[in-house]
Amino acid sequence: MRLLNLFKIAFNAIILNKARTLLTMLGIIIGVAAVIAMLAIGEGSKESIRSTISSMGSNMITISPGADMRGGVRQERSVMESLTLDDYKAIEQQADLLTYITPVVNGNGQVINGSNNWPSSIYGVNPDYLNIKVIELQSGSMFTDAEVQTASKVVLIGQTVVDNIFPDGGDPVGKMIRFNSIPFKVIGVLEEKGENTFGQDQDDVVIAPYTTVQKRILAIDHLNQVIASAVSEEDAPDAVTQVTEILRSQHKLTDNEDDDFHVRSMEELISTFSATSEMLTILLVAVAGISLLIGGIGIMNIMYVSVKERTKEIGLRMAVGGKGSDILMQFLIEAILISITGGLLGVILGLGSTVFIEKFLHWPTEVALYSIIISFAVCAVTGIFFGWYPARKAAALDPITALRYE
Amino acid sequence: MSKEIIKIEDLKREFTMGNETVHALKGISLSIKEGEFVTIMGSSGSGKSTLLNILGCLDQPTSGTYDIDGLAVRNLSKNELATIRNEKIGFIFQSYNLLARTSALENVELPLLYNSKVSTEERKDRAIKALKMVGLGDRMDHTPSQLSGGQQQRVAIARSLVNKPVMILADEATGNLDTRTSYEIMSLFQELNEKGITIVFVTHEPDIATFSSRTIVLKDGNIIKDYLNKEIQSAATELALLPVEDH
Ligand SMILES: Nc1ncnc2c1ncn2[C@@H]1O[C@H](COP(=O)(O)OP(=O)(O)OP(=O)(O)O)[C@@H](O)[C@H]1O
Ligand SMILES: [Mg+2]
Repeated sequence: MRLLNLFKIAFNAIILNKARTLLTMLGIIIGVAAVIAMLAIGEGSKESIRSTISSMGSNMITISPGADMRGGVRQERSVMESLTLDDYKAIEQQADLLTYITPVVNGNGQVINGSNNWPSSIYGVNPDYLNIKVIELQSGSMFTDAEVQTASKVVLIGQTVVDNIFPDGGDPVGKMIRFNSIPFKVIGVLEEKGENTFGQDQDDVVIAPYTTVQKRILAIDHLNQVIASAVSEEDAPDAVTQVTEILRSQHKLTDNEDDDFHVRSMEELISTFSATSEMLTILLVAVAGISLLIGGIGIMNIMYVSVKERTKEIGLRMAVGGKGSDILMQFLIEAILISITGGLLGVILGLGSTVFIEKFLHWPTEVALYSIIISFAVCAVTGIFFGWYPARKAAALDPITALRYE
Repeated sequence: MSKEIIKIEDLKREFTMGNETVHALKGISLSIKEGEFVTIMGSSGSGKSTLLNILGCLDQPTSGTYDIDGLAVRNLSKNELATIRNEKIGFIFQSYNLLARTSALENVELPLLYNSKVSTEERKDRAIKALKMVGLGDRMDHTPSQLSGGQQQRVAIARSLVNKPVMILADEATGNLDTRTSYEIMSLFQELNEKGITIVFVTHEPDIATFSSRTIVLKDGNIIKDYLNKEIQSAATELALLPVEDH
């Protein structure tokens, strides 16, 4: 009965002070919504980078030549010849933390089908490549180890290549095409992967046995890269160490000589890029924090001023028999009603603008539950505290002092 | 003989403003018995409102004692004082003190909202009745800004009646009313007084004082006169004698 009366009083007061109620709520709504939306953008981009990288094979290990100091001249990486087929074989035989491994040689050239041609890159690999890179086949099949042995003139092509040299549609599998001037038989089409986070078209590729590419296209003996996949993501760092040791002994490096190669796990790449997106998130959190702070100060101001203004009202309520606790309860209920309603509207606006950003600006977003909880809590607590605290001071006065307050 | 409902002794009230001290009440002693109708008179600034605020438990004296119905106010807690104000006292402020943007009816209901013994329906009934008693039955939905000064004063009077107090403390409750309306209000107070309600009425007008049973005159914070009225006028009779308004 008593509480019901207080609810009634509080509700009437809220209706009476429409402008104040609206302003307070606005502060809360914007504070909460800004935090939710900004953190959703931050989390979204982080998540998108993470998923791109893991779609490239999260336990992948890349071995590239490096620091090949022939005649004291530091060479461009592509012309370094310090990585050889023997290195690959040594790693394949000795490393037990790797499941798949393939040599990689690559070059650029023109893919030609009749009158259609298209500049693309060719990757010479072995059948493990698809497993390492997590690539599925759309049609056809991968070449075999036997075809690698015999340096067969077979290729698999990505969707972008298909679109450009087979513009009339139809299954390219079984067709003959040329890469530069050498004829190849298409034996498979790769499943589409789209662009990665770095804007590379992952479908603009031609895949062939590395032996074929080495002998018939590039005429080289060395390898451009060796890529492998570790048994698991957790084993990747150990696998890196293992490969490094194998290569150092293979290259007969003494203890005071630097590595003449680089071994990198995808893990490192992930951490590099998540560091970047971490920065972005921190920046957004800072901006969100500032808007929350400003929102909080706004709430504080309006609540504080309005309660001060209502000191006379508090005096009157006490004069007609309201107890200090009744007055406090009334202001508390008011503050809670305003803060909670504002907070809920803020959450709705925040989620709504997140959906808007995702749909119309095409930014990846991911709403973080913690952002909802924190922003809501901060605004609600500020609103409630500054609605309650000045009321408590006013309610401690003698009724006549409060009534006289100007 | 009926008991003393108000008993004050050597009551002082000082206001300090910076290094200046205003002695509003300089040691007043008096007692008022249940059922008395007392008017307090005195020039402006003589301490009438200050005294009434203390009697209404709205303010605390600087020194001296105040016993209300045998209880020492000094020993009562804030909550006990609130309950006394809520259930025993009807207070009419010199400056009305109505809630702005709130209807007359809701203003009158206010004291009952803080009394959990009164149900919603009863609260409304009693507020309507009180408003009708002061002649505002047709202005219940008006907010203070939509009422004249005299009407606002009557809303304040209705609010003091609604909790069926045992004691009404009125600070110039007829200050803004024309003779006819103020006589109507005085006859209402006389009726309530006949039912046993104690009334302390601050006024400037000597003719209002003739409706009371006792008059106390203050000057500069001291009582200079305190006398019983030998001939108490009936406000109802005086009202009937007033010339009929010609409009
Ligand atoms: N809160 C206050 N602070 C300082 N001085 C005060 C305060 N209240 C009253 N006074 C002083 O106390 C004295 C008595 O004031 P009070 O209001 O009791 O007079 P009053 O008899 O009611 O006058 P009026 O007939 O004009 O209403 C005045 O001199 C006034 O200035
Ligand atoms: Mg006065």
